[in-house]
Amino acid sequence: MKRPVIGPWITIILGTLYFLVPLIATFEFSLRMKRGVYSFEAYRVVFGDPNFQASFTYSAVIAIAAILVGVLIVVPTAYIVQLKLPRLRPLVEFITLLPLVIPAIVLVFGYLRMYNSSSWLPLTNSVRGTDFLLTCAYVTLALPYMYRAVDTGLRAIDIRTLTEAAQSLGSSWPRILFQVILPNVRVAVLSGAFLTFAIVIGEFTMASLLNRPAFGPYLQLIGANRAYEPAALAIIAFIITWACMGLIQLFGGGRQRAARR
Amino acid sequence: MAETAAELARTRPRPVPLTWLGVVPFMLFALMFLIVPATLLMIGAFQDPQGNFTLQNIANLNQPTIIKAYRTSIAISAASAFGGALIGFGIAYAVALGHVPRWIRPTMMTFSGVASNFAGVPLAFAFMATLGRTGLVTALLTSIFGINIYRYGFNLLSFGGLTLTYLYFQIPLMILIMTPAIDGLKREWREASAILGASTWQYWRMVAFPILWPSLLGAFLLLFANAFGAIATAYALTGSSLNIITILLFAQIRGDVLHDPNLGYALALGMILITGLSNGAYIWLRSRSERWMR
Repeated sequence: MKRPVIGPWITIILGTLYFLVPLIATFEFSLRMKRGVYSFEAYRVVFGDPNFQASFTYSAVIAIAAILVGVLIVVPTAYIVQLKLPRLRPLVEFITLLPLVIPAIVLVFGYLRMYNSSSWLPLTNSVRGTDFLLTCAYVTLALPYMYRAVDTGLRAIDIRTLTEAAQSLGSSWPRILFQVILPNVRVAVLSGAFLTFAIVIGEFTMASLLNRPAFGPYLQLIGANRAYEPAALAIIAFIITWACMGLIQLFGGGRQRAARR
Repeated sequence: MAETAAELARTRPRPVPLTWLGVVPFMLFALMFLIVPATLLMIGAFQDPQGNFTLQNIANLNQPTIIKAYRTSIAISAASAFGGALIGFGIAYAVALGHVPRWIRPTMMTFSGVASNFAGVPLAFAFMATLGRTGLVTALLTSIFGINIYRYGFNLLSFGGLTLTYLYFQIPLMILIMTPAIDGLKREWREASAILGASTWQYWRMVAFPILWPSLLGAFLLLFANAFGAIATAYALTGSSLNIITILLFAQIRGDVLHDPNLGYALALGMILITGLSNGAYIWLRSRSERWMR
Protein backbone atom coordinates (compact mmCIF):
# COMPACT_ATOMS: atom_id res chain seq x y z
CA MET A 1 0.00 0.00 0.00
CA LYS A 2 2.52 2.61 -1.08
CA ARG A 3 1.03 6.02 -1.54
CA PRO A 4 2.84 9.17 -2.57
CA VAL A 5 4.08 10.95 0.54
CA ILE A 6 4.92 14.26 -1.08
CA GLY A 7 1.81 16.10 0.18
CA PRO A 8 2.43 15.54 3.90
CA TRP A 9 6.06 16.52 3.44
CA ILE A 10 5.17 19.80 1.74
CA THR A 11 2.67 20.58 4.54
CA ILE A 12 5.20 19.83 7.25
CA ILE A 13 8.00 21.78 5.55
CA LEU A 14 5.80 24.84 4.99
CA GLY A 15 4.54 24.67 8.57
CA THR A 16 8.07 24.36 9.91
CA LEU A 17 9.17 27.34 7.82
CA TYR A 18 6.33 29.46 9.16
CA PHE A 19 7.42 28.64 12.71
CA LEU A 20 11.17 28.90 12.24
CA VAL A 21 11.47 32.00 10.05
CA PRO A 22 10.19 34.46 12.72
CA LEU A 23 12.55 32.91 15.26
CA ILE A 24 15.53 33.16 12.93
CA ALA A 25 14.59 36.69 11.90
CA THR A 26 14.17 37.76 15.52
CA PHE A 27 17.49 36.24 16.50
CA GLU A 28 19.25 37.86 13.55
CA PHE A 29 17.63 41.21 14.40
CA SER A 30 18.69 40.93 18.04
CA LEU A 31 22.35 40.62 16.97
CA ARG A 32 22.36 43.82 14.90
CA MET A 33 22.62 46.38 17.69
CA LYS A 34 26.21 47.30 16.85
CA ARG A 35 26.40 48.77 13.40
CA GLY A 36 28.04 46.53 10.81
CA VAL A 37 28.84 43.50 13.02
CA TYR A 38 26.84 40.79 14.72
CA SER A 39 27.14 41.00 18.48
CA PHE A 40 25.32 40.06 21.65
CA GLU A 41 25.25 43.72 22.63
CA ALA A 42 21.43 43.81 22.90
CA TYR A 43 21.49 40.86 25.31
CA ARG A 44 24.23 42.53 27.37
CA VAL A 45 22.15 45.69 27.59
CA VAL A 46 19.02 43.74 28.54
CA PHE A 47 20.68 41.64 31.22
CA GLY A 48 22.42 44.71 32.61
CA ASP A 49 19.18 46.66 32.91
CA PRO A 50 18.19 46.83 36.59
CA ASN A 51 14.54 47.07 35.56
CA PHE A 52 14.85 43.78 33.68
CA GLN A 53 16.26 42.08 36.76
CA ALA A 54 13.70 43.63 39.09
CA SER A 55 10.65 42.92 36.92
CA PHE A 56 11.76 39.41 36.08
CA THR A 57 12.40 38.60 39.74
CA TYR A 58 9.05 40.08 40.69
CA SER A 59 7.18 38.00 38.11
CA ALA A 60 9.11 34.86 39.05
CA VAL A 61 8.22 35.34 42.74
CA ILE A 62 4.54 35.92 41.93
CA ALA A 63 4.60 32.88 39.63
CA ILE A 64 6.01 30.66 42.39
CA ALA A 65 3.47 32.01 44.87
CA ALA A 66 0.70 31.31 42.33
CA ILE A 67 1.99 27.76 41.86
CA LEU A 68 2.00 27.13 45.63
CA VAL A 69 -1.49 28.54 46.15
CA GLY A 70 -2.71 26.66 43.08
CA VAL A 71 -1.35 23.33 44.33
CA LEU A 72 -2.82 23.89 47.80
CA ILE A 73 -6.25 24.54 46.32
CA VAL A 74 -6.29 22.07 43.46
CA VAL A 75 -4.74 18.90 44.93
CA PRO A 76 -7.12 18.45 47.91
CA THR A 77 -10.13 19.34 45.75
CA ALA A 78 -9.27 16.98 42.90
CA TYR A 79 -8.50 14.24 45.45
CA ILE A 80 -11.74 14.60 47.39
CA VAL A 81 -13.83 14.91 44.24
CA GLN A 82 -12.35 11.72 42.85
CA LEU A 83 -12.48 9.72 46.06
CA LYS A 84 -15.54 10.94 47.94
CA LEU A 85 -17.65 13.37 45.98
CA PRO A 86 -17.85 12.24 42.33
CA ARG A 87 -21.24 13.99 42.23
CA LEU A 88 -19.39 17.31 42.40
CA ARG A 89 -17.19 16.52 39.40
CA PRO A 90 -19.31 18.26 36.74
CA LEU A 91 -19.54 21.41 38.86
CA VAL A 92 -15.82 21.48 39.69
CA GLU A 93 -14.84 20.83 36.09
CA PHE A 94 -17.15 23.57 34.92
CA ILE A 95 -15.57 26.02 37.37
CA THR A 96 -12.05 25.08 36.30
CA LEU A 97 -13.00 25.76 32.66
CA LEU A 98 -14.42 29.21 33.43
CA PRO A 99 -11.06 31.04 33.13
CA LEU A 100 -11.02 29.93 29.49
CA VAL A 101 -14.50 31.36 29.00
CA ILE A 102 -14.01 34.70 30.76
CA PRO A 103 -11.17 36.62 29.11
CA ALA A 104 -8.37 37.74 31.45
CA ILE A 105 -9.09 41.39 30.80
CA VAL A 106 -12.71 40.91 31.88
CA LEU A 107 -11.64 39.07 35.04
CA VAL A 108 -9.27 41.82 36.10
CA PHE A 109 -11.96 44.39 35.36
CA GLY A 110 -14.16 42.44 37.76
CA TYR A 111 -11.40 42.45 40.40
CA LEU A 112 -11.01 46.19 40.05
CA ARG A 113 -14.73 46.60 40.66
CA MET A 114 -14.84 44.13 43.54
CA TYR A 115 -11.62 44.98 45.39
CA ASN A 116 -11.21 48.71 44.74
CA SER A 117 -10.40 51.19 47.47
CA SER A 118 -14.04 51.84 48.35
CA SER A 119 -15.13 48.20 48.49
CA TRP A 120 -15.65 45.81 51.39
CA LEU A 121 -12.20 44.28 50.86
CA PRO A 122 -9.96 47.05 49.48
CA LEU A 123 -7.08 44.85 48.31
CA THR A 124 -5.86 47.40 45.77
CA ASN A 125 -5.25 49.95 48.53
CA SER A 126 -1.91 48.47 49.54
CA VAL A 127 1.03 47.11 47.61
CA ARG A 128 0.93 43.76 49.42
CA GLY A 129 -2.79 43.53 48.89
CA THR A 130 -2.39 44.11 45.15
CA ASP A 131 0.40 41.53 45.01
CA PHE A 132 -1.94 39.07 46.69
CA LEU A 133 -4.69 39.93 44.21
CA LEU A 134 -2.29 39.44 41.27
CA THR A 135 -1.19 36.08 42.69
CA CYS A 136 -4.80 34.94 42.96
CA ALA A 137 -5.47 36.27 39.45
CA TYR A 138 -2.64 34.07 38.15
CA VAL A 139 -3.90 31.07 40.10
CA THR A 140 -7.21 31.62 38.32
CA LEU A 141 -5.55 31.91 34.89
CA ALA A 142 -3.63 28.67 35.44
CA LEU A 143 -6.54 26.83 37.08
CA PRO A 144 -7.72 24.93 33.94
CA TYR A 145 -4.22 23.59 33.27
CA MET A 146 -3.30 22.87 36.88
CA TYR A 147 -6.58 21.08 37.59
CA ARG A 148 -6.41 18.99 34.45
CA ALA A 149 -2.79 17.98 35.12
CA VAL A 150 -3.48 16.97 38.75
CA ASP A 151 -6.76 15.22 37.91
CA THR A 152 -5.03 13.13 35.22
CA GLY A 153 -2.22 12.35 37.65
CA LEU A 154 -4.69 11.19 40.31
CA ARG A 155 -6.49 8.93 37.84
CA ALA A 156 -3.22 7.20 37.00
CA ILE A 157 -2.64 6.03 40.59
CA ASP A 158 -4.94 4.00 42.80
CA ILE A 159 -5.88 6.68 45.31
CA ARG A 160 -8.51 4.50 47.01
CA THR A 161 -6.04 1.76 47.92
CA LEU A 162 -3.38 4.27 48.91
CA THR A 163 -5.85 6.10 51.13
CA GLU A 164 -7.16 2.95 52.78
CA ALA A 165 -3.63 1.67 53.37
CA ALA A 166 -2.64 4.97 54.96
CA GLN A 167 -5.86 5.07 57.02
CA SER A 168 -5.38 1.52 58.32
CA LEU A 169 -1.89 2.56 59.43
CA GLY A 170 -3.47 5.41 61.35
CA SER A 171 -2.60 8.41 59.17
CA SER A 172 -4.43 11.66 59.65
CA TRP A 173 -6.08 13.37 56.66
CA PRO A 174 -3.43 16.06 56.20
CA ARG A 175 -0.77 13.38 56.38
CA ILE A 176 -2.52 11.22 53.76
CA LEU A 177 -2.81 14.21 51.48
CA PHE A 178 0.68 15.61 51.81
CA GLN A 179 2.82 12.56 52.52
CA VAL A 180 1.00 9.86 50.54
CA ILE A 181 -1.00 11.42 47.72
CA LEU A 182 1.09 14.48 46.86
CA PRO A 183 4.39 12.57 46.38
CA ASN A 184 2.59 10.14 44.08
CA VAL A 185 1.30 12.87 41.80
CA ARG A 186 4.40 15.05 41.93
CA VAL A 187 5.03 14.59 38.20
CA ALA A 188 1.55 15.88 37.39
CA VAL A 189 1.92 18.73 39.88
CA LEU A 190 5.29 19.67 38.38
CA SER A 191 3.93 19.76 34.84
CA GLY A 192 1.07 21.95 36.04
CA ALA A 193 3.62 24.12 37.82
CA PHE A 194 5.84 24.63 34.76
CA LEU A 195 2.84 25.38 32.60
CA THR A 196 1.70 27.94 35.18
CA PHE A 197 5.16 29.49 35.14
CA ALA A 198 5.19 29.70 31.34
CA ILE A 199 1.78 31.38 31.30
CA VAL A 200 2.44 33.78 34.16
CA ILE A 201 6.00 34.98 33.58
CA GLY A 202 5.27 37.31 30.66
CA GLU A 203 1.60 38.01 31.40
CA PHE A 204 0.76 41.57 30.47
CA THR A 205 -2.91 42.47 30.88
CA MET A 206 -3.54 41.73 34.55
CA ALA A 207 -0.19 43.01 35.80
CA SER A 208 -0.55 46.17 33.77
CA LEU A 209 -4.10 46.96 34.89
CA LEU A 210 -3.20 46.25 38.52
CA ASN A 211 -0.19 48.57 38.11
CA ARG A 212 2.41 46.09 39.31
CA PRO A 213 6.03 46.18 38.03
CA ALA A 214 5.92 42.74 36.41
CA PHE A 215 7.86 41.36 33.46
CA GLY A 216 4.99 41.68 30.96
CA PRO A 217 4.50 45.45 31.34
CA TYR A 218 8.30 45.84 31.29
CA LEU A 219 8.42 44.00 27.94
CA GLN A 220 5.70 46.24 26.56
CA LEU A 221 7.52 49.37 27.70
CA ILE A 222 10.79 48.28 26.10
CA GLY A 223 8.92 47.37 22.92
CA ALA A 224 7.46 50.84 22.67
CA ASN A 225 10.78 52.62 23.22
CA ARG A 226 13.68 50.55 21.91
CA ALA A 227 14.70 48.90 18.65
CA TYR A 228 16.96 45.88 19.25
CA GLU A 229 16.30 44.98 22.87
CA PRO A 230 12.74 43.75 22.15
CA ALA A 231 14.11 41.15 19.74
CA ALA A 232 16.58 39.95 22.36
CA LEU A 233 13.77 39.81 24.93
CA ALA A 234 11.59 37.82 22.54
CA ILE A 235 14.36 35.24 22.18
CA ILE A 236 14.82 35.13 25.97
CA ALA A 237 11.05 34.67 26.44
CA PHE A 238 11.00 31.93 23.85
CA ILE A 239 13.84 30.11 25.62
CA ILE A 240 11.98 30.37 28.95
CA THR A 241 8.80 28.93 27.39
CA TRP A 242 10.85 26.20 25.75
CA ALA A 243 12.58 25.39 29.04
CA CYS A 244 9.23 25.05 30.85
CA MET A 245 7.80 22.75 28.16
CA GLY A 246 11.07 20.81 27.98
CA LEU A 247 10.99 20.22 31.74
CA ILE A 248 7.39 18.96 31.49
CA GLN A 249 8.45 16.50 28.78
CA LEU A 250 11.49 15.48 30.77
CA PHE A 251 9.49 14.63 33.90
CA GLY A 252 6.61 13.13 31.94
CA GLY A 253 9.02 11.01 29.89
CA GLY A 254 10.74 9.85 33.06
CA ARG A 255 7.42 8.64 34.40
CA GLN A 256 6.63 6.70 31.23
CA ARG A 257 9.99 4.98 31.34
CA ALA A 258 9.47 4.08 34.98
CA ALA A 259 6.03 2.69 34.20
CA ARG A 260 7.36 0.49 31.44
CA ARG A 261 10.08 -1.02 33.60
CA MET B 1 -28.65 -6.78 51.53
CA ALA B 2 -30.17 -3.33 51.53
CA GLU B 3 -30.90 -3.68 55.21
CA THR B 4 -27.34 -4.53 56.16
CA ALA B 5 -26.08 -1.61 54.15
CA ALA B 6 -28.57 0.66 55.83
CA GLU B 7 -27.58 -0.72 59.22
CA LEU B 8 -23.93 -0.16 58.47
CA ALA B 9 -24.64 3.38 57.51
CA ARG B 10 -26.48 3.92 60.76
CA THR B 11 -23.89 2.33 63.01
CA ARG B 12 -20.94 4.03 61.31
CA PRO B 13 -22.00 7.53 60.33
CA ARG B 14 -19.88 8.88 57.50
CA PRO B 15 -17.95 12.06 58.28
CA VAL B 16 -19.74 13.85 55.48
CA PRO B 17 -19.22 17.41 56.77
CA LEU B 18 -15.46 16.84 56.94
CA THR B 19 -15.38 15.69 53.32
CA TRP B 20 -17.31 18.73 52.22
CA LEU B 21 -14.94 20.87 54.24
CA GLY B 22 -12.13 19.74 51.91
CA VAL B 23 -13.64 21.45 48.88
CA VAL B 24 -14.47 24.65 50.77
CA PRO B 25 -11.15 26.41 49.97
CA PHE B 26 -11.62 25.69 46.28
CA MET B 27 -15.23 26.85 46.24
CA LEU B 28 -14.37 29.96 48.25
CA PHE B 29 -11.54 30.77 45.86
CA ALA B 30 -13.77 30.22 42.83
CA LEU B 31 -16.42 32.49 44.32
CA MET B 32 -13.98 35.26 45.22
CA PHE B 33 -11.87 35.32 42.07
CA LEU B 34 -14.11 33.95 39.33
CA ILE B 35 -17.82 33.89 39.96
CA VAL B 36 -18.50 37.00 42.03
CA PRO B 37 -16.21 39.34 40.02
CA ALA B 38 -17.77 38.19 36.73
CA THR B 39 -21.29 38.39 38.17
CA LEU B 40 -20.66 41.89 39.52
CA LEU B 41 -19.64 43.04 36.04
CA MET B 42 -22.72 41.48 34.51
CA ILE B 43 -24.93 43.14 37.11
CA GLY B 44 -23.12 46.43 36.56
CA ALA B 45 -24.00 46.24 32.89
CA PHE B 46 -27.64 46.61 33.90
CA GLN B 47 -27.18 49.45 36.40
CA ASP B 48 -26.85 53.17 36.15
CA PRO B 49 -24.19 54.97 38.26
CA GLN B 50 -26.72 55.25 41.11
CA GLY B 51 -27.30 51.50 41.09
CA ASN B 52 -30.79 51.48 39.60
CA PHE B 53 -31.79 48.95 36.98
CA THR B 54 -31.45 50.16 33.41
CA LEU B 55 -31.02 48.84 29.88
CA GLN B 56 -29.38 52.08 28.78
CA ASN B 57 -25.82 50.67 28.94
CA ILE B 58 -26.72 47.89 26.56
CA ALA B 59 -28.40 50.40 24.26
CA ASN B 60 -25.31 52.62 24.50
CA LEU B 61 -23.22 49.84 22.98
CA ASN B 62 -24.80 50.89 19.71
CA GLN B 63 -22.06 53.39 18.86
CA PRO B 64 -19.97 53.30 15.68
CA THR B 65 -16.66 52.87 17.59
CA ILE B 66 -17.95 50.02 19.74
CA ILE B 67 -19.78 48.21 16.94
CA LYS B 68 -16.67 48.49 14.77
CA ALA B 69 -14.45 47.20 17.58
CA TYR B 70 -16.66 44.14 18.08
CA ARG B 71 -16.75 43.59 14.31
CA THR B 72 -12.97 43.81 13.91
CA SER B 73 -12.40 41.53 16.89
CA ILE B 74 -14.82 38.95 15.57
CA ALA B 75 -13.33 39.17 12.08
CA ILE B 76 -9.72 38.76 13.27
CA SER B 77 -10.70 35.92 15.61
CA ALA B 78 -12.70 34.15 12.91
CA ALA B 79 -10.00 34.61 10.27
CA SER B 80 -7.17 33.42 12.52
CA ALA B 81 -9.31 30.55 13.85
CA PHE B 82 -10.28 29.47 10.34
CA GLY B 83 -6.72 29.70 9.02
CA GLY B 84 -5.33 28.07 12.13
CA ALA B 85 -7.88 25.26 11.97
CA LEU B 86 -7.25 24.59 8.27
CA ILE B 87 -3.45 24.67 8.39
CA GLY B 88 -3.29 23.01 11.80
CA PHE B 89 -5.50 20.19 10.57
CA GLY B 90 -3.30 19.74 7.51
CA ILE B 91 -0.17 19.47 9.63
CA ALA B 92 -1.83 17.22 12.22
CA TYR B 93 -3.04 14.94 9.43
CA ALA B 94 0.39 14.89 7.79
CA VAL B 95 2.05 14.06 11.10
CA ALA B 96 -0.46 11.40 12.18
CA LEU B 97 -1.22 9.60 8.92
CA GLY B 98 1.25 10.95 6.37
CA HIS B 99 3.81 8.11 6.47
CA VAL B 100 6.54 10.44 7.64
CA PRO B 101 9.47 9.37 9.85
CA ARG B 102 8.57 8.56 13.41
CA TRP B 103 10.63 11.31 15.06
CA ILE B 104 8.65 14.08 13.38
CA ARG B 105 5.57 13.56 15.49
CA PRO B 106 7.01 14.04 19.02
CA THR B 107 9.13 16.93 17.71
CA MET B 108 6.07 18.61 16.23
CA MET B 109 4.01 18.03 19.38
CA THR B 110 6.69 19.47 21.67
CA PHE B 111 7.15 22.44 19.41
CA SER B 112 3.39 22.99 19.25
CA GLY B 113 3.28 22.97 23.05
CA VAL B 114 5.90 25.71 23.11
CA ALA B 115 4.52 27.80 20.24
CA SER B 116 0.92 27.68 21.49
CA ASN B 117 2.19 29.20 24.73
CA PHE B 118 4.48 31.68 23.01
CA ALA B 119 1.99 34.50 22.81
CA GLY B 120 1.65 37.95 24.25
CA VAL B 121 4.20 40.72 24.00
CA PRO B 122 7.24 38.66 22.85
CA LEU B 123 5.28 37.28 19.90
CA ALA B 124 4.63 40.83 18.74
CA PHE B 125 8.37 41.55 18.96
CA ALA B 126 9.18 38.48 16.90
CA PHE B 127 6.82 39.48 14.11
CA MET B 128 8.06 43.05 14.12
CA ALA B 129 11.60 41.75 13.63
CA THR B 130 10.32 39.50 10.84
CA LEU B 131 7.69 41.41 8.89
CA GLY B 132 7.96 44.93 10.29
CA ARG B 133 9.20 47.74 8.05
CA THR B 134 12.82 46.86 8.82
CA GLY B 135 12.19 43.16 9.45
CA LEU B 136 14.38 40.45 8.02
CA VAL B 137 11.80 38.92 5.67
CA THR B 138 10.68 42.36 4.47
CA ALA B 139 14.31 43.27 3.75
CA LEU B 140 15.06 39.95 2.05
CA LEU B 141 11.99 40.18 -0.18
CA THR B 142 13.03 43.70 -1.20
CA SER B 143 16.68 42.91 -1.88
CA ILE B 144 16.28 39.50 -3.55
CA PHE B 145 12.97 39.73 -5.37
CA GLY B 146 12.63 43.49 -5.50
CA ILE B 147 9.22 43.25 -3.84
CA ASN B 148 8.51 45.82 -1.18
CA ILE B 149 5.49 44.27 0.51
CA TYR B 150 4.67 47.54 2.23
CA ARG B 151 4.31 49.22 -1.14
CA TYR B 152 1.76 46.54 -2.05
CA GLY B 153 -0.38 47.54 0.89
CA PHE B 154 0.82 45.04 3.46
CA ASN B 155 0.93 46.38 6.97
CA LEU B 156 1.81 44.35 10.03
CA LEU B 157 -0.19 46.77 12.18
CA SER B 158 -3.46 45.90 10.50
CA PHE B 159 -6.13 43.25 10.21
CA GLY B 160 -4.03 41.02 7.95
CA GLY B 161 -0.85 41.49 9.94
CA LEU B 162 -2.52 40.71 13.24
CA THR B 163 -4.23 37.64 11.79
CA LEU B 164 -0.89 36.37 10.44
CA THR B 165 0.66 36.94 13.88
CA TYR B 166 -2.18 35.17 15.73
CA LEU B 167 -1.72 32.13 13.48
CA TYR B 168 1.59 31.58 15.26
CA PHE B 169 -0.24 30.32 18.35
CA GLN B 170 -3.48 29.22 16.65
CA ILE B 171 -1.91 26.62 14.32
CA PRO B 172 0.02 24.82 17.12
CA LEU B 173 -3.08 24.81 19.32
CA MET B 174 -5.02 23.17 16.49
CA ILE B 175 -2.25 20.58 16.04
CA LEU B 176 -2.39 19.76 19.76
CA ILE B 177 -6.19 19.35 19.72
CA MET B 178 -6.59 17.53 16.40
CA THR B 179 -3.76 14.98 16.44
CA PRO B 180 -5.49 12.78 19.06
CA ALA B 181 -8.79 13.13 17.17
CA ILE B 182 -7.17 12.01 13.92
CA ASP B 183 -5.58 9.11 15.78
CA GLY B 184 -9.14 8.10 16.65
CA LEU B 185 -9.84 7.37 12.98
CA LYS B 186 -9.47 3.62 13.05
CA ARG B 187 -7.57 1.91 10.26
CA GLU B 188 -10.36 -0.67 10.03
CA TRP B 189 -12.87 1.97 8.91
CA ARG B 190 -10.71 2.91 5.98
CA GLU B 191 -10.14 -0.75 5.09
CA ALA B 192 -13.82 -1.56 5.43
CA SER B 193 -14.81 1.31 3.14
CA ALA B 194 -12.12 0.30 0.63
CA ILE B 195 -13.43 -3.29 0.61
CA LEU B 196 -16.91 -1.96 -0.05
CA GLY B 197 -15.50 -0.10 -3.01
CA ALA B 198 -15.39 3.46 -1.69
CA SER B 199 -12.99 5.95 -3.20
CA THR B 200 -10.75 8.09 -1.02
CA TRP B 201 -13.12 11.01 -1.53
CA GLN B 202 -16.11 8.90 -0.51
CA TYR B 203 -14.26 7.65 2.56
CA TRP B 204 -13.57 11.22 3.63
CA ARG B 205 -17.02 12.54 2.83
CA MET B 206 -19.05 9.69 4.29
CA VAL B 207 -16.87 8.20 7.05
CA ALA B 208 -13.99 10.35 8.26
CA PHE B 209 -15.57 13.79 8.04
CA PRO B 210 -18.85 12.91 9.80
CA ILE B 211 -16.77 11.52 12.66
CA LEU B 212 -14.31 14.41 12.75
CA TRP B 213 -16.65 17.35 12.26
CA PRO B 214 -17.58 17.85 15.92
CA SER B 215 -13.88 17.96 16.81
CA LEU B 216 -13.14 20.25 13.89
CA LEU B 217 -15.93 22.69 14.61
CA GLY B 218 -15.22 22.51 18.33
CA ALA B 219 -11.56 23.26 17.77
CA PHE B 220 -12.49 26.18 15.53
CA LEU B 221 -14.68 27.62 18.31
CA LEU B 222 -11.95 27.18 20.91
CA LEU B 223 -9.46 28.93 18.63
CA PHE B 224 -11.99 31.69 18.06
CA ALA B 225 -12.45 32.31 21.79
CA ASN B 226 -8.69 32.09 22.25
CA ALA B 227 -8.09 34.94 19.80
CA PHE B 228 -11.10 36.95 20.91
CA GLY B 229 -9.88 37.38 24.48
CA ALA B 230 -6.26 38.06 23.48
CA ILE B 231 -4.89 41.56 23.92
CA ALA B 232 -1.16 41.64 24.75
CA THR B 233 0.06 40.78 21.24
CA ALA B 234 -2.24 43.30 19.57
CA TYR B 235 -1.43 46.00 22.12
CA ALA B 236 2.34 45.53 21.82
CA LEU B 237 2.10 45.42 18.04
CA THR B 238 -0.21 48.33 17.36
CA GLY B 239 -0.38 50.34 20.56
CA SER B 240 -3.93 51.56 20.81
CA SER B 241 -4.20 52.35 17.08
CA LEU B 242 -6.11 49.19 16.18
CA ASN B 243 -9.71 49.35 17.29
CA ILE B 244 -10.46 45.88 18.65
CA ILE B 245 -12.70 45.18 21.60
CA THR B 246 -10.00 44.08 24.07
CA ILE B 247 -7.92 47.19 23.37
CA LEU B 248 -11.01 49.39 23.71
CA LEU B 249 -11.86 47.76 27.05
CA PHE B 250 -8.22 48.11 28.16
CA ALA B 251 -8.29 51.83 27.40
CA GLN B 252 -11.66 52.10 29.14
CA ILE B 253 -10.32 50.47 32.33
CA ARG B 254 -7.13 52.54 32.22
CA GLY B 255 -8.59 55.94 31.60
CA ASP B 256 -12.35 55.65 31.33
CA VAL B 257 -12.30 56.78 27.69
CA LEU B 258 -16.02 56.24 27.31
CA HIS B 259 -16.70 58.49 30.33
CA ASP B 260 -19.09 55.92 31.70
CA PRO B 261 -17.87 52.98 33.78
CA ASN B 262 -21.18 51.17 33.43
CA LEU B 263 -20.76 51.19 29.66
CA GLY B 264 -17.47 49.37 30.30
CA TYR B 265 -19.39 46.68 32.16
CA ALA B 266 -21.70 46.32 29.18
CA LEU B 267 -18.63 45.92 26.93
CA ALA B 268 -17.36 43.17 29.21
CA LEU B 269 -20.77 41.50 29.24
CA GLY B 270 -20.72 41.38 25.45
CA MET B 271 -17.30 39.73 25.51
CA ILE B 272 -18.37 37.13 28.08
CA LEU B 273 -21.42 36.32 25.96
CA ILE B 274 -19.35 35.80 22.81
CA THR B 275 -16.56 33.71 24.39
CA GLY B 276 -19.13 31.91 26.54
CA LEU B 277 -21.20 30.87 23.54
CA SER B 278 -18.24 29.66 21.52
CA ASN B 279 -16.66 27.82 24.47
CA GLY B 280 -19.99 26.32 25.47
CA ALA B 281 -20.48 25.02 21.95
CA TYR B 282 -16.91 23.65 22.01
CA ILE B 283 -17.53 21.70 25.23
CA TRP B 284 -20.82 20.34 23.87
CA LEU B 285 -19.24 19.31 20.57
CA ARG B 286 -16.29 17.69 22.32
CA SER B 287 -18.58 15.53 24.42
CA ARG B 288 -20.27 14.49 21.15
CA SER B 289 -16.99 13.64 19.44
CA GLU B 290 -15.63 11.71 22.40
CA ARG B 291 -18.14 8.93 21.68
CA TRP B 292 -15.93 7.91 18.75
CA MET B 293 -12.63 8.23 20.55
CA ARG B 294 -12.94 5.15 22.72
